[in-house]
Amino acid sequence: MKQHLFEQRHSADWQRFSALLEQLERGKAEAKACEHFAADYRHLCQHLALAEERGYSSHLIDQLQHLAMRGHQQFYRHRSHLGAQLIGFILAGFPQLVRREWRSVLAACLLFFGSLIGMGLLTWQFPELIYGLLDPAQVSDMERMYDPDARRIGRFSERDAADDWMMFGFYIMNNIGIAFQTFASGLLFGLGSLFFLLFNGLMIGAVAGHLTRIGYSETFWSFVIGHGAFELTAIAFAGAAGLKLGWALLAPGRLRRSEALRQASKPSIQLVAGVIFFLIIAAFIEAFWSSMTYTTPTIKFIVGAALWLLVIAYFVFAGRHRHAPD
Amino acid sequence: MQPTPPSVAHEPSRIRQRLLDTRHHVETPEGIDLVLRPAGALPRILAFAIDLLIRGAILLLMFIILGFLGQFGVGLGSILFFLVNWWYMVLFEVLRQGRSPGKQIMGLRVVHDDGTPVGWGASLTRNLLRFVDMLPFGYCLGLISCLSHPSFKRLGDLAAGTLVVYREENSNRPLIPEGDSERAPFRLSLNEQRALQGFAERQSGLSAARRTELAGILAEPLDVPEEQAEARLNSIARGLLGAT
Repeated sequence: MKQHLFEQRHSADWQRFSALLEQLERGKAEAKACEHFAADYRHLCQHLALAEERGYSSHLIDQLQHLAMRGHQQFYRHRSHLGAQLIGFILAGFPQLVRREWRSVLAACLLFFGSLIGMGLLTWQFPELIYGLLDPAQVSDMERMYDPDARRIGRFSERDAADDWMMFGFYIMNNIGIAFQTFASGLLFGLGSLFFLLFNGLMIGAVAGHLTRIGYSETFWSFVIGHGAFELTAIAFAGAAGLKLGWALLAPGRLRRSEALRQASKPSIQLVAGVIFFLIIAAFIEAFWSSMTYTTPTIKFIVGAALWLLVIAYFVFAGRHRHAPD
Repeated sequence: MQPTPPSVAHEPSRIRQRLLDTRHHVETPEGIDLVLRPAGALPRILAFAIDLLIRGAILLLMFIILGFLGQFGVGLGSILFFLVNWWYMVLFEVLRQGRSPGKQIMGLRVVHDDGTPVGWGASLTRNLLRFVDMLPFGYCLGLISCLSHPSFKRLGDLAAGTLVVYREENSNRPLIPEGDSERAPFRLSLNEQRALQGFAERQSGLSAARRTELAGILAEPLDVPEEQAEARLNSIARGLLGAT
């Protein structure tokens, strides 16, 4: 068939398809108009294949290819219900993922909590150690923040609702930023994640050890225990996601490095999504609960311990039993 | 409908392997080949610069407005700063079919390697890993990776399995000069037919001297003097098209 005849016969179809595509691209297509979309798209693909096979001119092939590309974009668009997906992920997907990726999670947790606890104990025993990590100005800043005497004068009670909001915003920005860095730098063969896990672990451990040693333990621990359950695990998991990326590059196995990286990036980014979720909870607790002064430290310790148990139980038990499919 | 010899059917793919170009071919489940044209470093840098300007403008405007809200405004500002800093690209890429405003202006688009629109996971991956591409300073790693990869991928693209491509624009119908149509004096292979049609369709983009020169190559097999070769080729192209 000559090209001219072919074009004459089908150009009306192509125009119709193009108009439908335009509607879809603007998100204004009616359900009725889309009934034929799949069939039309297959038809167009067939026309393209025919045109290529018969050696029609580049212009026609380009035109059809352009249409096919736009059709492809619409046909294979991800139209999942984000809300349902999120709830499913939070209820079951995230803990399942953490259990499935237990190797990198365990490694990251050992690195982070290991360095945190180790450094905490060391600073508790050897007072000068803190000055190896922080300069004196920062140390005195820390001391002022958690000083039990200052607290009695009412530094924290002066904080009103607007301050809480300010701190909420700050925690979100700061902590999630740190988590993203910890994850992303894992691409450098895992070295970046390794560094940030150890660095944050040592830092937090040193501060905790130091404040405990100088007797500020009640103010400090009652402040951090609540959101720590979410914040510390989130940082560790962000590191785990980064280590997974790095490991894919270091030991790709039988795959090519780029392919191994691509496969590793999928669970990694899901871990990061869970981390974001956890850090938002942490920021909320930190801004609105940890800073509250109406409660006694005992209540804070009890709530904090409950939150830790909750987090651990969540990762151990959630999503173990599948419900019957709806 | 003329039957095509089976050997010809495979010819396009063989030709493609020999061609030295950056086009990226994706075979879809429908059995057709989509052609993606990956964008190089320069348009992407420009697109990023435009986005950077837009983001700067948004932040500036925001801080001026939120400045009046006091502490609450500072908190809201930090959240918004976080959103603009880390989520600007992701939100635009996923919700606007792979186009941030900068990419829109530069005519670019982000897609998965298989040509499908970029989703949340891939977009988040490529934009979070931007942090590494920026190391040690000024996008060095990203640039090195982009320049050394056949499809110009930076590290984030490699991990996410995404591709930045040119958006295809619909071209206008090229005009083949009027005249008679005739059959070629010998059998043309499929690729020769396409080359001939390509020559006829791209006339307006070539100078007269260049056209004569190109057509002159075929003067001898067509058995015409060199200055008539161009008109002859055009009429053969018209014949192939079947326009008359």
